[in-house]
Parts: sequence; C-alpha cells; structure tokens
Amino acid sequence: MNARVMIFLLIWPVAAWAQGFAGLGSTADGFAVPAPDPGFDFPADHGPHPDYRIEWWYLTANLSSSDGTPFGLQWTLFRSALAPGEAEDWQSPQVWFAHAAVTTPDAHFATERFARGGVGLAGVTVAPFRAWIDEWAMQGPDFDTLSLTAQGPDFGYDMRMQAQGPLVFHGADGFSVKSSAGQASYYYSQPFYAISGTLMLPDGPVEVSGSAWLDREWSSQPLSDDQSGWDWFSLSFDSGDKLMGFQLRQRGGGSFSAATWIAPDGSTTAFADGAFRAVPLASSRVAGRDVPTRWQVTLPDRGVDATVAALNPQAWMGLSIPYWEGPVTIEGSHTGVGYLEMTGYE
Amino acid sequence: MKDTNAPPLLDLVGVHKSYSGAEGPVPVLRGVDLQLRAGETLALTGESGSGKSTLLHIAGALDLADSGQVRIAGHDITAMSDTQRAEVRRRDVAVVFQQFNLIPSLTVADNIAFQARLSGHVDAELVARLADRLGLAEQMRKYPEALSGGQQQRVAIARALAARPRLLLADEPTGNLDEDTAAEVLDQLVALVSDSGAALLVVTHSPAIAARMDQRLHLRQGHLE
Amino acid sequence: MKRACLAALMSHWRRNPLQLFAFLAGLALATGLWSGVQAINAEARASYDAAAQTLGEGQFDQIVPRSGDRIAQADYVALRRAGWMVSPVIEGRVDGVRVLGFDPLSSPAGFGVNNAADDIDLGAFLGPDQLFAAPETLPRLSLDIALTEAPGVAPGIAAGDVGVVQRVLDRRDLSRLLVLADQPLTRPPLDRIAPHLRLLPASQSADLGELTDSFHLNLTAFGLLSFAVGLFIVYSTIGLAFEQRRGVVRTLRALGVPLPRLIGIMVAEVLLLALVGAVLGVFLGYVLAALLLPDVAITLRGLYGAEVSGTLRFRPEWWGSGMAIAVLGAVSAAGARLWQIARMPLLASARPRAWAMTTGQAQRIQAAVAAMLLLAAGLFALLGSGLAAGFALLGCFLIGAALALPVLVRPVLTLAEGASRTPVSTWFWADTRQQLPGLSLALMALLLAISANVGVATMVSSFRLTFVAFLDQRLAPELYVQTADAAEAQGLETTMQAQGIPVLPLLRADARIADLPARLLGVRVGPTYRDNWVFLDASAGAWDRVADGAGAILNEQLARRAGLWVDDAIDVAPGVTLPVVAVVGDYGNPLGQVFVSEPLFRDLHPDASPRQFGLRTDDPAALRAVLETELGLAPSAITNQTALKAFSLQVFERTFTVTAALNVLTLAVAGFAMLMSLLTLADLRVPQLAPVWALGLTRRDIGQLELMRAGVFAALVCIVALPVGLALAWVLLAIINVEAFGWRLPMFLFPADYARLGLYAVLAALLAAAWPAWRLMRTPPSALLKVFANER
Repeated sequence: MNARVMIFLLIWPVAAWAQGFAGLGSTADGFAVPAPDPGFDFPADHGPHPDYRIEWWYLTANLSSSDGTPFGLQWTLFRSALAPGEAEDWQSPQVWFAHAAVTTPDAHFATERFARGGVGLAGVTVAPFRAWIDEWAMQGPDFDTLSLTAQGPDFGYDMRMQAQGPLVFHGADGFSVKSSAGQASYYYSQPFYAISGTLMLPDGPVEVSGSAWLDREWSSQPLSDDQSGWDWFSLSFDSGDKLMGFQLRQRGGGSFSAATWIAPDGSTTAFADGAFRAVPLASSRVAGRDVPTRWQVTLPDRGVDATVAALNPQAWMGLSIPYWEGPVTIEGSHTGVGYLEMTGYE
Repeated sequence: MKDTNAPPLLDLVGVHKSYSGAEGPVPVLRGVDLQLRAGETLALTGESGSGKSTLLHIAGALDLADSGQVRIAGHDITAMSDTQRAEVRRRDVAVVFQQFNLIPSLTVADNIAFQARLSGHVDAELVARLADRLGLAEQMRKYPEALSGGQQQRVAIARALAARPRLLLADEPTGNLDEDTAAEVLDQLVALVSDSGAALLVVTHSPAIAARMDQRLHLRQGHLE
Repeated sequence: MKRACLAALMSHWRRNPLQLFAFLAGLALATGLWSGVQAINAEARASYDAAAQTLGEGQFDQIVPRSGDRIAQADYVALRRAGWMVSPVIEGRVDGVRVLGFDPLSSPAGFGVNNAADDIDLGAFLGPDQLFAAPETLPRLSLDIALTEAPGVAPGIAAGDVGVVQRVLDRRDLSRLLVLADQPLTRPPLDRIAPHLRLLPASQSADLGELTDSFHLNLTAFGLLSFAVGLFIVYSTIGLAFEQRRGVVRTLRALGVPLPRLIGIMVAEVLLLALVGAVLGVFLGYVLAALLLPDVAITLRGLYGAEVSGTLRFRPEWWGSGMAIAVLGAVSAAGARLWQIARMPLLASARPRAWAMTTGQAQRIQAAVAAMLLLAAGLFALLGSGLAAGFALLGCFLIGAALALPVLVRPVLTLAEGASRTPVSTWFWADTRQQLPGLSLALMALLLAISANVGVATMVSSFRLTFVAFLDQRLAPELYVQTADAAEAQGLETTMQAQGIPVLPLLRADARIADLPARLLGVRVGPTYRDNWVFLDASAGAWDRVADGAGAILNEQLARRAGLWVDDAIDVAPGVTLPVVAVVGDYGNPLGQVFVSEPLFRDLHPDASPRQFGLRTDDPAALRAVLETELGLAPSAITNQTALKAFSLQVFERTFTVTAALNVLTLAVAGFAMLMSLLTLADLRVPQLAPVWALGLTRRDIGQLELMRAGVFAALVCIVALPVGLALAWVLLAIINVEAFGWRLPMFLFPADYARLGLYAVLAALLAAAWPAWRLMRTPPSALLKVFANER
C-alpha cells in the first residue's frame, strides 16, 4: 500500500483513472457537496471543512531578488478526508499533506509532507490564523497578515505577507463549476499579497520580494469521469489586472474552461465555459514526458491574447504524485508574471 | 613312473552335463568315462563347443556333473560340500587356463606361491627353481599386468606346479600365445609335469600339442572316442 | 544419423539400468539435500526479512526512551512540529503475538508492514478497527476486533494502524519512533525537544540477522557437504559409463560419425539426464524441507525468538540453485571424460581400461592438491578473520582431508599386506589396496559424512554441557515473578522481606556501552550470585567489588566484541567508569550485558523499576500459594525455575534436531555412494576374483572377504575422520561460533559418541557392501568359469 499515492488519488481523481481506480473521488459518498449561493462565514471559512472530501490552502508567489533574478515559490496544504467529519486522536479520518517548492530560472526544488489529523501534527485554526504541518506554517494574527515557512532537505524559505486588496470569489460568488455535468467547488482567493523574505537555497540565502496569490478551495467531487487533467493559470498583468483561468481537458479532445477577471480594486467578472482558451505552443521534455510549457492564452472579451511561457520549463514536482507547477512570464497583448499548474500529462 | 595298478587320480564314470539353452537343456556330455593315473598325460581334443572345457571344469572340481561319478584323488566330488570341493581344488588339483589365470593384486612371486601356501605346503626352493626354469626370476616383484601373455602363462604354470598338485589340468594353456612361445611354454609344462610325477590333462584343439601326450581322446557329440 | 547414434549410445543405459539408477539417484540425492537445505534457509530468511522489516529493526535510526519502553505521544508530535521526520511505532504483546502499530502515512519506504500490506486498502487500514496478520498467526489472537488475513505480514506479528493498536493495548503512548532518512535543512537537537529520549543509530539496533545467519550458515555448510557427497557418486557413475562406452564410440566413429557430433550428442545426453536427476532432486528437497521445516521453525522461535512461517513456498532461489548446481556438477563430471574421448585415437583399444586404476601420476597430483588445500586451511586459520574466512577454512580443510584420504590409507594397507602371514590375508590386503582407487570417491564421501557427524556431535554436546551448567548458574532462584507495575513490585518486595524470603530483582536497562548496544543489569549481590556464578576469568574479590559499586562484570559477548577483559576499564554510563572485575559466560543470548550492583544501577537509572524478581525458597509450592493469595498475582506471572530450565533445555535440544537429521541423511548418502561404487565395480571384480576361487576359495569365503573389506575401509575412514571431525568441531566452536555468536564454547570430547558413530559408519559400509557380496556369493560357477573360457 502506498498510502501517499492513495491520498493523491482521493484528491486528484484524474490520476486515479489513469491508474485504474475509475470513479474514486468523483462520487460524494456521504460527503457534503458544494451548493450554489454559498454564504461564506469568515474567518471560520478560512479554516477546514471536514465534511467535504478535499480542501486546500494553495499559495504561489512570483518573486525577484535585488539583482532582478526571478523566482517562484509554492506552499500548499492539502486536506483529504477518508470519511466525512472529524474525530479525536488517531481516529480522525482527516489526512493532511503539503507541498513546498522554489523555482529559480535554472533549478527547481520541491518537497512534501504527510500527517494524520487528530493528533496535532497538522491542521488549520482561524483566530489567530494558523495553517501548519509539522514545522511548516502559514500563520498570523489574521488572514491578511501572515508569515510563511517551509523547508526540505535541500531548501527552505521564511516569508512575510501582507494583503493589499480584498478576497476575490470565483464563479458565482465562490461557487465554481468544474464541468458541464455540474461538478463544482467552493473557490475564493486572496491574490493581492505583497510578499518578502528569505529563500534558503543550496548556494546560500537570497532576499526576495514580490506578489503572492492564495487560493482556497474545497469540494467533494471536483472532476467528472471524462476529464483527464487540468491547466490552471493565475496571471498578474503589469496593468494591475489579474486573470485566473483554467481548463479541464476532456478525454478524446475538448475542454471545459472557466475564468475570473480581477480588476485592481478586486472587482471580478466570471467567464463561463469557452471564453477563456489556452492552446499549447511548445512542449518541453520534462521527467520523461512532454509537457506544454509555452501557451497561447486568449480571453477575447478582455482583449487578452498573450503568450505564457515557463520561467523554468523543468518545474516538475517529482513527488508522490508528480505534476508541473511553476512561475510563468506573460508577453503579447498583456505583460506580467503568473503561475501555471498542469496535471494529467503522462 | 606310471603305476597302472594305483587307483586313478581322476575317475569319471558316466558323466552327464547339460546347459540350459533357449529351447530346453542342451546336453554337452552324455556319459563320459575317463581315468587318469599318476604320471599319465592325456590330450583332450574336440570341436569348439564340444564340451572339452566343461569336462575339464568337472575334472577340476570347478563345476558339477549332472549325473555320473566324479572322483578326484579318490574323493567323490559329487557328494562334497562347496567348502570340501574348494579344499580339493587347492590341495589336489591345479588348473592352468587360457587366460586370466593370475590374481592381479599380487606380485608374480605371490601368485606363484599362492596356491601352495593355500594348501599349506609352500616350498620356497621349489618356487625359486620353477621361476628359474620358467625364466621368471627377473619378474618376481612385478605385477601380472606388467607381463606379456607368454610370461603370464608361465607364471600360471609355475603356480600350478608349485602347489605340487597330483592332477594338473590345462585348458588351452597356449591358446593365446604365438606359435613359438606356445611350443616353448608347452615344452616346459610337459617337462615339469614329467619331473613332478603328476597326471596331466590338456584340453587343446592343436594336433601338435595332442601329439606330445601319452594318450589322446577326442570328444564328439558328448562322447569320448 | 543423429537418432541412430543416440539410440546406440542410449542402449548403454538400457543394458546397465543400475548405472542409470546410480546416475539419477546420486544426482537426485545430492540435489535433494542441497535444495532441501536451501529451501529451509530461503524460507527462514524470508521470514526474518519480513520480521526485521515489520519491526523496523536495524534498518532505521530510532528514537527510544532513555529509560523504560514508552514514549509519550506528545513527544512525537513535538518532534514532528520541530522538524524531526519521525514515524511512530507502538508495540506490545497479545496472546503471545507481537502487535505492532504504525502510521502508514509517515512510515518510511522499506518499513516492512508497509510493503507487506500492499494488498491492504488504505481506507480499510485507517478505517474501522482491525488488525492484519498472516493466516497462521490469526488463530492465535483472541481479540474482540476485526482480524484480516494479510499473508505478507511476518509470522507471529499482527499489524495495524497505530491508533488501533493503542486501543488494543489500552495505551495512549508509543514504543519508539523511526527516524526517516530525509530530514529538513534545520531542526533543533533532540535534547532540546525531548531530553528524555535518545537516538539509537540504525546499525546498532538489536540485530536478529547476525545470530540466525550462523544457524543458516551451519545448514548451508551441511547442504554443500551433502552435495559434494552426491557429486562424488555422479562423478564415478559418469566415469564408469563413459569408459564402458569407448567401444561404442569407436565403432560409431569407424562407421563415419564425426567426433564433434558424437560429443554433442553425449553432452545433450548428460544434460538431459542431469535435468531429470535435478528435477527429482528438487522434488526430494521439497519433501525434505517440508518434513524438517516445522522443526526448524520451532528451533528458531525457541532459540532466537524469531518466527519462521511454517509453510513452504516454492521459491526460485532454492530450486533454481538446486537445478543449476546439479547440471553444473554433472557436466563438470562428464567434461573430463568427454575430453578423453575427444582426444582418443580412432583405433584405440575398445576394451575398458581398468578405469579404477589411477596412475601414479594422478595419485601424486591428488596428494599435491590435498596438501595445498590443507595448507590453505592452515593459512585461513592463522591469518583469516570473520565468518567467511571461517567457512573458507572449513571448506579447504574438509576437501583437503578428503583428497588426502587415499594417500593416507594406502600405506596402511601396504603395511598390513607386508605383515600378513597367510596367503588369503596377503591377498586380502593386496586386493583391498587395489580397490582403493575405485572406491576412493565413495570413501571420501564417507569421510566427509563421518567427519561432519563427529564435528557436529562434538559441537552439540559441548554446547549442551556448557548450557546446562550455565542454566544451573543463572536460574538459581526457585521462582520467578513478573509484576505488572511498580506498585505490585513494591508490594512483592515488602511482603517477601517481611517473610524473610530473599528477593532478587532483575533490573535492566538498554544502554550503549563501549560503543555497542548492551544491557545494563543491576544485581542484588548475595549468596545466590556468589555461590552459583562461574566466571571465565575474574580478579580477586570480584563480587565484593561489584557490591561496593567499584566493579562491573561483563558477559563474554561484550568482552570479546569490545576487546575488554578483566582489569580493563569500562564506561557503564556517561561519566561512570568501572574496572572489569570478571567475565562471565553467557550462552544463548545475543546481547552484551554488564552487571553492576543494584544501588549503582538505581543511581544511573532512577526511573527504571524492576518488574521481574527471582525468589529463593525451599518450598516453591507454598511460596507460590502465598504469592497468588496474598499478593493476588496471576498464576501465569509466576514461573517455576525447573520448568524454565526444562524449557530452555528443550529449546536447545530442538535446535539441533535439524542438524542431526541432516547428519543421518549425509551418512545414508555416503552409504549409498559406497553401494553404487561397489555395484558398478562388481562386473570388473569377477575376473579379479575368479582365479582366487579357482585356486580353492569358496564363493562364500570370497563374499565374506568382500564384506570384511568394506568394513576395513569404513574403519580406516573412521580413523581418519575422527581427527578431521574434531578439527571441524574446533573450527565451529572456536572460530565460527565466536564470529557469529560472540562467545567461544569450551570443547568437550565424547569418546562414546565417536565410537557409536564409528560403529554406525562401519554398519553403513557393511550394509552397502552386503548386497554386492551376496550377489557375488550367488554367482554360478559357470559365470566365474567364463572368465577363463576359450569361447569368450
């Protein structure tokens, strides 16, 4: 039994299908299911929702050092429930795991952690806010003012973040539809963090600063059976506008897409399936497979027709379940930086 | 030397012998009568498979007749146990075969003395003399495998005579030897037997050898002629 | 043409079914013993591996308490939250089964249960309470919990989620933490987070493998020995068969069959026969292993606490090695003969040479090889170190001795021949000497078998004597009591003291001493110790000095491993250095032990409280009643020392049942080798014996002499085998045992046993010779006369 793979299967059914566990995680099995018109309750909703199967606190940051070298940073805490609800001690059905990564133009560092719920190894509290696993933590007096730490055998970081804008809600007020069959999640973001701190890299510490984007999402049935993977973009344009767009690729061609246009003041416009499009332009050989690392991204409504390219095409998360995640640069109709996550490339 | 009044050393009366063949018993000897006294020499001739060797084996207490009487040196062989017959073999009879006469693990000297020692009256002087006369003095410490065929037969003869047998049987003793050697070995045999006063029975198919004996008998269809 | 050639060659086997039988049976027996032993080894090893992995022992650094055997769960969480990548393990015993809890999420790859439980669904594992165990372990558990069959879990172990096992054991704590290989950049030192815990580096954890390996090496050595014996049979059979077929080979070549094709056909033939023999042998080995395995399992469980699964699996490593070694053996045996045939001139004599008569040169070469091997053995003994060198020494010595056998026996036979007075005895000795080359392979096999018997008998009996004495010394108290907790222990001490019954607490703590894992024991110095303990070496007033806290006693294992002896100094704890006042023999225990006085022990380990006590009494039954009624101790908590002693002895008796069974088999195989050699030689014997018969020996005489010859050979082999066997025992006790176990066993001699073994060996030889002799006695005179007959 590879427990870690099992956990991933629960959270990313795409991979599960590929490995012959069709259907696992795509039905609700007694878990609560996201419904339209969510009435979020903060700060409580910054905390875990154990009745839902999966949940994450997903932070990415585009950074640069004083000499202008660009970096990318990722810190993600996942919660995956084997059964709905919470229980004491080892009986807790909640399983936590986390990923941390730092991407430089020519290197990529990634590491992961696993922890059982119930015994204090990992969890999230809201007042004060604290999301932690082992010694990794994202914590602060509230959701707007946070510090962030993580480390692996060969790298680590210690960052401070301050929100510069409001929370942003995707889809219909945070109800984000993920397929034409109606699978959905609750999804909101804080894309306005200013972030600075120290990266511990093999060559020594590097002081960096930039912007960070935190996604909060939870659901119980995130994908439908015929979806094979996703390409997810979070783009920050030099204009101050931001764009979150994803497409869920369908088996046998076609895709389901959604996007949120975020104005500098935090006001949002949601775009339904088909408005946002991302087309691969070039692939890179990464970890023995071809992964698109240069994309044509279009959102005609907003005049977006830009090329999104990986800062480091080798930003491969070679963890228990591997995927690609790394910083990107944007050129074309708009310029800027962002993050790209791609799953389901075999 | 001949004593016609003495009881025969070898006395066969009405000896029958059959071998089991594929289609029932095959008679080989069908009532053979034969007497041989001390000092007498006898050649036994016959076709191949006529039963010469069988007759010799019976005469040497090596095999048993199916019926009839066999007496060697006055002992009724037929009535004897295996052990008693073995005693007759080592005390009264000596046999020289065509081949494989010698005990491979013993030296020539031990081979020559073996039967004499078995019968309990080894005569070292006789052994030496025999070896000398048979031209074996140089070979005494050798093992049989180191000797030529003629030498091996000479050793067999020496061994036979060293035991001072009263009856000496020879089965084609020179059959494996070339003509010259055969003649030489036979000369020595005849001369030595003559000296010892024993009775000699030679099975042969060679008229030349037969001619050297006092008597000649021919075995045909199980009968002596 | 190929088929015709094959038919011509194969007709040899049809006409000589006995040779075919010898070939196949020899190979099958050899392979059978080898693969049987391999099967047992492979099975046992697999079980250990599973056990070692399941327990996480030896593979990973571990964090363990400085005293006691519990770790608070809070410590675990604190360590994790400080950046220590550790995985929890909780362990306890239920119904005699080791119950092991772990966390599948954090346990390191390679942690056995993780691998073993491949087929267990994570949801099921973390889900409702259940434990997983091998099918044979399940019936031993009487828990009110779901039990699921998981064949991959090591026998004697039930595994489950750490939380489930905590509830099964009614505990909220952990036993130890596995330290993962990958640790983050920075983490505070262990002392700062949990000063009461300590890091136990991987290699220094208790190592089950080292101990059990010795047993397996022992078995393997005997397996190899048996195979060598079998190979001797195959070698001689092939030799004879090929010699006898020179005529056929010559005829076929004269008829125009090319030599390479002929050789090719014969190679194919040998391979085919070897494969058949090997398959038979592997099957035989499987049966053998199946018969012996329960014994092995019991033996190992008893001796080392290691569980061996009682079921046999058809593992490629043992049947493969059995097949390979059989085919290689047969081919190498045939190779020399084929080489001769390849070089044989077309018109060479078709008559079989007296193949048994080896040339003087061959004998000299054999003597030289024997001398070289014996020299190598001597060099290994003088210069080598380690288990491998010990076994190399053993191998060189045994094979050298076997090869030297004919060289040693020949002069004896010559001497006897010279000394004999009667013609029959002269002939007997001369003929015996002549038979020596033909029988030498069988005799060498017999030598190896007898030597092994002598060696193992010596080792087992020496071990037993030493161990009985050791038990009398160590298990002096009449009753042993296990208390459940400190309160019960205190109650016991108080009650017993009130009744004037001497109480001997067994205080123990795991420690690192002299950089080795060891156990520190606190003893209440008193008459029991002073009167019963026999030291290997001691300084004057050893017990007084221990009582004063001014001396420590080491067991032999620790003394030898640490290179310490009496009067050396040893650190029994950080900053506490004591002189070694005595070294005591300690058998059947893998750990190093240091004995200090009770007060000193309590100073060093204030937290440790004794749970086990020895009680001295003249009336164990009455005291037992008092303990049960007044103190409310469970009957199962009280052990009678005689029972304990008997059990311990039983364990050691069992240890060697397997070895003994293999010994008997080796002897049987050696007897078989002799029988086969005699039977194949029988045809060659007739021309050798016929003249003797013609000259006045009865067939009965000759048959009896043949029997006597076998007896003489066996007796001579025994005489050579005795020193060889004793040397073997010495190597086992003084070299291999020290390397594998860490203690040296005193060697005792057991002349009566050797005499009995010699008798068995002679009996085996007589049995082997009986049938050929009987056949000889029954040979009709006509068959003997044919040797001489003109009409051959």
